[in-house]
Amino acid sequence: MTTTVKMKRRGLTLVQRRSISGLMFISPFVIGFIIFYVFSIGMTVRFALSNSIDTETGFQFTGFAGLRYFNEAFSVHPSFRQILTQSLGNMIIDVPLILFFSLFMALMLNQKFKGRTVARAIFFLPVLLNSPSIATALSTAQGTIIGGNSPVSTVVMDAVGGSGGFNIDFYLGLLGDAIPQTILDYIAGAVSRISTIVTSSGVQIIIFLAALQSISPSLYEVAKIEGATPYETFWKVTFPMVSPLLVTNMVYTVVDSFITSQVLDLAYRTTFNDNNYSLGSVFSLVSMLSVCGILLIAGLWVSKRTFYQN
Amino acid sequence: MNIIHKGRSLWVKAKSDTQLHNERNRIVRSTKKFIMSIFRLILIVGIAYVIISPLIGIVVSSFFSNEDQYSPLVYLIPQTPTLERYQLAITRLDYFRVMGNNLLYVVSLTVVQLAICSMVGYGFARFNFPFKRLLFGCVIVMIVLPAHTIMLPLYMTFRNFDPLWLFSLFGGEKVNLLSTPVPLYLLSIFGTGLRSGLYIYIFNQFFRGLPKEIEEASFVDGGGTFFTFLRVMIPNAIPSIITVTLFSLVWQYNDLFYANAFNVSDNIVLSKRLNTLGATIANRDRVVDPNIQQLYVYAGIVLMILPMVIIYVFLQRRFIEGVERSGIVG
Repeated sequence: MTTTVKMKRRGLTLVQRRSISGLMFISPFVIGFIIFYVFSIGMTVRFALSNSIDTETGFQFTGFAGLRYFNEAFSVHPSFRQILTQSLGNMIIDVPLILFFSLFMALMLNQKFKGRTVARAIFFLPVLLNSPSIATALSTAQGTIIGGNSPVSTVVMDAVGGSGGFNIDFYLGLLGDAIPQTILDYIAGAVSRISTIVTSSGVQIIIFLAALQSISPSLYEVAKIEGATPYETFWKVTFPMVSPLLVTNMVYTVVDSFITSQVLDLAYRTTFNDNNYSLGSVFSLVSMLSVCGILLIAGLWVSKRTFYQN
Repeated sequence: MNIIHKGRSLWVKAKSDTQLHNERNRIVRSTKKFIMSIFRLILIVGIAYVIISPLIGIVVSSFFSNEDQYSPLVYLIPQTPTLERYQLAITRLDYFRVMGNNLLYVVSLTVVQLAICSMVGYGFARFNFPFKRLLFGCVIVMIVLPAHTIMLPLYMTFRNFDPLWLFSLFGGEKVNLLSTPVPLYLLSIFGTGLRSGLYIYIFNQFFRGLPKEIEEASFVDGGGTFFTFLRVMIPNAIPSIITVTLFSLVWQYNDLFYANAFNVSDNIVLSKRLNTLGATIANRDRVVDPNIQQLYVYAGIVLMILPMVIIYVFLQRRFIEGVERSGIVG
């Protein structure tokens, strides 16, 4: 006489329903990623491995070429190897400088002083003005005058009508005996890149600032009570707490400098100006893989030293 | 002997005098602080100068007349300022019409990006579904691999637009979408637009940081999933919305790469016009002197950055606070 209440499950469980609505939310991205990314990467690989011709109606593959175009890129093309190493080299030099500079500036802008908001606004300004069209317009306008590209600072020099040359090598040479030449060269390079470094670290400064603001003040209080010097406080409290963001910032910086690098420019020109699709694809693939390699190695190296709270 | 003795006793007295000790420490500390603040001031002013000086140079020279440009006496302040550069630049850029179109284009793209990226970010932040980690890995791949590397396939895709062969399956024609702004809208709608990966990441981090209780309250009160997202989660995400809005506006506005690759008309994209402004003025208005041509380009640059600077001035404060709370930090 027991009434067996049969729990009839109607439709889906809550978990299943949740997972379906989750998939609904991300569905635009999944579709887009498959159509535009997976498909495109596949096609790039296919281009790189086969001969192709451009016809009126589109392109046609005319047979498998194997590694011929890779071979051509590395041993026949006059400048690819040089441009690749140069771009990657610049990246490796610039990225640590930008990270160091932006952390330093974030520390500075995080202190309390008069005019802090104005200073922050100014430091973010380059992000607004860092437009390729402005850079191109400027460099073409300059190019007609001196016959070559030139950094913005000389524009100002011309604009304000002065030519205040300052030979930094001379002053650094005075230190020549005390400091090894390679370090001097690096410093001189860093100084001459200061404009690039400053203008490309706007977003990173903001991210580090955000990280600094999120550190709980009680940590500093403890450090102070325990008698830590400011130097110790920085290395034992501040740095570990912002270190997770170091990886984020590094990825952002590397990708950002990759976008503006010469090697991508070369790939673009080979593809669209010379209509050499296969070679252009090889250039993109090789540069893409090397940047991924750099990111992977650097990411692993940094994240080993990163402090995570949980 | 006596003097030495006296001196020593004075020294001992001074050493044990805590008031003097404290006083001295205070002076040392305040001097240190003062020196630090001077150092900071010099550094910040110096670097701010590096950032602003090109801008000052450009703005100032755009008011130079021909005489000023060549006068060795003129430094920063023009003797005979003129608005002629702006007049011609506005005409040749077709400034007001193109700017209107451009703003419409950029704002609409930003709205699409906001809608899609917030949705996807929310989906990743709050739901569990199979292959979640793998799919989020795809977002990271999208951040790391800029579209620049896959431009050729994208170009091909849009030249013969036939998504997953669906059009030809149903007997339709392949469509050429190049020279229209449609490709960028399509990319944005499907969450793969200009830096969409970064925006998805920002929204994901932000939504993960919000308390679950507000959502649960909404469910208990009978709100559906989508209703909860739209009416409960979005209003709570204002800081990250401001961040993404500003980033998206600025980057889309400054973008030249997509505009060139998809051959978007220069009636919509001002930056393309600016690119050729120097040549246009040289050829159409017979301004042969490159030094003078340059002044027109400067005026064009000022005109181009003006709207973004205005937007930034209004959003600046909320923006920087917004970034600090917008969950980039996670």
